[in-house]
Amino acid sequence: MTDQNTGQPADLDPDHGKVRSVGIVEPQVMTFDEPLPLRSGRTLDHYELVYETYGELNESASNAILICHALSGHHHAAGYHSEQDSKPGWWDACIGPGKAIDTERYFVVSLNNLGGCHGSTGPQSINPDTGKQWGPDFPVMAVRDWVKSQARLADRLGIECWLAVVGGSLGGMQALRWSIDYPDRLRGAAAIASAPKLTAQNIAFNEVARQAIINDPSFHHGHYAEHGDYPKQGLMLARMLGHITYLSDAGMREKFGRDLKTGTLSFDYDVDFQVESYLRHQGENFSSTFDANTYLLMTKALDYFDPAADHDHDLARCLAQAKARFLVVAFSTDWRFAPERSEEIVNALIHAGKDVSYLEIDAPQGHDAFLFPIKPYVRALSGFLARLTEEAEQASEVTHAG
Amino acid sequence: MRADLEIIADWIPAGSRVLDLGCGDGTLLSWLRQHRNVDGLGVEINQDSIIRCIEKGVPVVQKNLDTGLTNFGDKSFDVVIMSQSLQQMKAPHKTLNEMLRIGREAIVTFPNFGYWNTRRYLFFLGRMPMSKILPYSWFDTPNIHLCTCRDFERLCRDQKARIRQSTVLDSQHQKRRAIRLLPNLLGEIAIYHVDKPHTATAQGAA
Repeated sequence: MTDQNTGQPADLDPDHGKVRSVGIVEPQVMTFDEPLPLRSGRTLDHYELVYETYGELNESASNAILICHALSGHHHAAGYHSEQDSKPGWWDACIGPGKAIDTERYFVVSLNNLGGCHGSTGPQSINPDTGKQWGPDFPVMAVRDWVKSQARLADRLGIECWLAVVGGSLGGMQALRWSIDYPDRLRGAAAIASAPKLTAQNIAFNEVARQAIINDPSFHHGHYAEHGDYPKQGLMLARMLGHITYLSDAGMREKFGRDLKTGTLSFDYDVDFQVESYLRHQGENFSSTFDANTYLLMTKALDYFDPAADHDHDLARCLAQAKARFLVVAFSTDWRFAPERSEEIVNALIHAGKDVSYLEIDAPQGHDAFLFPIKPYVRALSGFLARLTEEAEQASEVTHAG
Repeated sequence: MRADLEIIADWIPAGSRVLDLGCGDGTLLSWLRQHRNVDGLGVEINQDSIIRCIEKGVPVVQKNLDTGLTNFGDKSFDVVIMSQSLQQMKAPHKTLNEMLRIGREAIVTFPNFGYWNTRRYLFFLGRMPMSKILPYSWFDTPNIHLCTCRDFERLCRDQKARIRQSTVLDSQHQKRRAIRLLPNLLGEIAIYHVDKPHTATAQGAA
């Protein structure tokens, strides 16, 4: 069902069609010289985080929202980098004036995580010990390491307590980790299309992606940059596989069906169907913009995430220390991070006596649905944030009155 | 607030942990949170209602009440409420049992099918009764398991549940003295407060 005027699915936020954007944004860089101890046992002595902010931080610094990105995300979540930019940031559908995360009300911070390939210190950065790129020697990051680095960024931005930490997929894992590791530093945590840990099937998908990259002759054991090369085929395959798992069967059927690229079967082994063409195109685009070592690192961070492991695999006990209000959202056709996985988080939070709200949104887009401004999802997220704001205001009145 | 909700609110001790099954837009829980310092959680299936709960600051989770209660721990709530939904369950007896497993006490409200006007409708018109609180045609109604006060009391007896208190409201949603004499005839909405004495005493050990 589509809206006749806009051609958009009717359940999408009608405001989305209008050009309401945060406009031109400029990434900023924060440099840290305090060593960061990592879960792996290694330490990152010096690092940089690249980030963007949208909206204004209020006087009491109580309206700040942290956006945590997923596997292939980065700091550029909303707006445009230049007038010529054809595409806005990756979550522009939900971040902007009047959108789910309303930049007229909130100060939004979005960063590129450590180990990334969009400006923050990562495999493509120079290792000060060798004077060469880190490449595969860059420490494998854990979600808790990211959260620690994000907390330091918050310190530097003068944000004692986030109004909310919000993330989809791997980003949702960061929101959960925030609530566990820094219970006093966030009022709300929104874990969207996420999971308390990956299943074997999910790890298996990641492993196939990694094998595709590692076995590409151009990978050179991760030192491809020194060879002036990169594992294009491997990255392409990894992305194609990933992409299939981010879409739903119904969504792909609706989008591509069995449509042919040229109208006839070719009877050779080149592209016949539109879906093949689409996947190749996606894979190629991705392989030319994303670093292979970062891809490996991000998938490992996903695989390793299992906060309950520190608490006898009892998620409720693990979350007992959290103080935030939680919003958990899942999407009906998401099979990579299925609603049942979100319900595990919800059930653990209920067992732990936490304040949690949960919705399963009907959406055909599969895992990718979390990127779309689907009406009930937008309303739930904005309602959650508005409520947190009211409470933050009440709390500050009490403090001031006291 | 609806009259039946006002009565329920009176039965809930301040500071208790309350689970409201089929909480709608969260009116009751919101009131209980504000006035009784109750720690509440709603369960609802209607997404519009869920969003209104979130906007009110009432924690609410989307679950199917017929299948989704198994994950709640034994005696994990002080009071479990189900207002005007029991008759919509696939297996009301199992739902009641689940409510008394999850909560130390349960409060149930339902439209009393023994109400005189319902009986009149069936008797004189010979058709399935319809009214303001039973507005659906027989073939398209969510109310698949209607019962009378007497039926519900029998169910409680069968399940060894104790009725702590009960009341009925008439069509004006008033709690009149006269209807106390003939609740199953004069009450349009029934409200029951039940528990399971032998499990309630075991709570100290839990």
